[in-house]
Amino acid sequence: MFQSILFYWIAFVVVVAALGVISARNPIHSVMFLVLAFVSSAVLWMLLEAEFLAIVLVLVYVGAVMVLFLFVVMMLDINVQRMREGLTRYAPLGIGVAVVVILEIAHVVWFKAQGFSLGVAPQPAPADYSNTEALGAVLYTEYVYPLELAAVLLLVAIIAAIALTMRQRPGLKKQNIAKQVAVRAEDRVRLVKMKTEKEE
Amino acid sequence: MSIGLTHYLLLSAILFSISVAGIFINRKNVIVLLMCIELMVLAVNFNFIAFSHYLGDLSGQIFVFFILTVAAAESAIGLAILILLFRNRSSINVEDMDGMRG
Repeated sequence: MFQSILFYWIAFVVVVAALGVISARNPIHSVMFLVLAFVSSAVLWMLLEAEFLAIVLVLVYVGAVMVLFLFVVMMLDINVQRMREGLTRYAPLGIGVAVVVILEIAHVVWFKAQGFSLGVAPQPAPADYSNTEALGAVLYTEYVYPLELAAVLLLVAIIAAIALTMRQRPGLKKQNIAKQVAVRAEDRVRLVKMKTEKEE
Repeated sequence: MSIGLTHYLLLSAILFSISVAGIFINRKNVIVLLMCIELMVLAVNFNFIAFSHYLGDLSGQIFVFFILTVAAAESAIGLAILILLFRNRSSINVEDMDGMRG
């Protein structure tokens, strides 16, 4: 009973936050609503006994990706007024497509659920069960190659993001450290022998 | 009535459709488009975790792990492209991006 109440009101928060993301006037408000949606989803994942992923969602997603979004939104000077122009024009089409999608999925889910006994909740895991440990035991044995591929993917993403945003401004004076270090005294200083000049 | 798999699948379907509608509604603002994609990925992850819980198979959670990795990489590169775009054009309006139109 307690779990049902928890599910319903947190699901309500998730849906409201998602509606806020797509309808907020200001992109910063959109990001904030998205953070709310992610945090509430993390709570629902806890209900599904996926504790590790719930924590990862909050730490990695809210902590890193959403902050990156906020950073970019605040860095760019967006003309909000111009961005909102097509809103009413496309809204009926968007809502129509969304309703069709939701009806289709609900149709399939509903009818499949009649045949299967998927609605039966499994037994809750015992208190000494560690989701992280179980996940690690599978991740580092059965899925070790995908894990390494994921690491390579992240490396590629890092390099791509840096390579895309790095720029060299033309006409900028800057130091060449290698040249500076490699310089020798005889290249720079010339000692000249000459007679002393005397004022008579 | 207790909470079953159907409830989670329907919640995920609602979330997914909201983000589809968001892509149609905010089709000028690239940042909000990226956020809608994040929301879609979240809906898919919901499906994976719900099935993983109700079928008693941890593979679903492993998949969510990898999807999170890919989505993080995607948004990082997407935002980098966005910054590049803004630097070159001073606008992120989708309608200004018609350089490849024939």
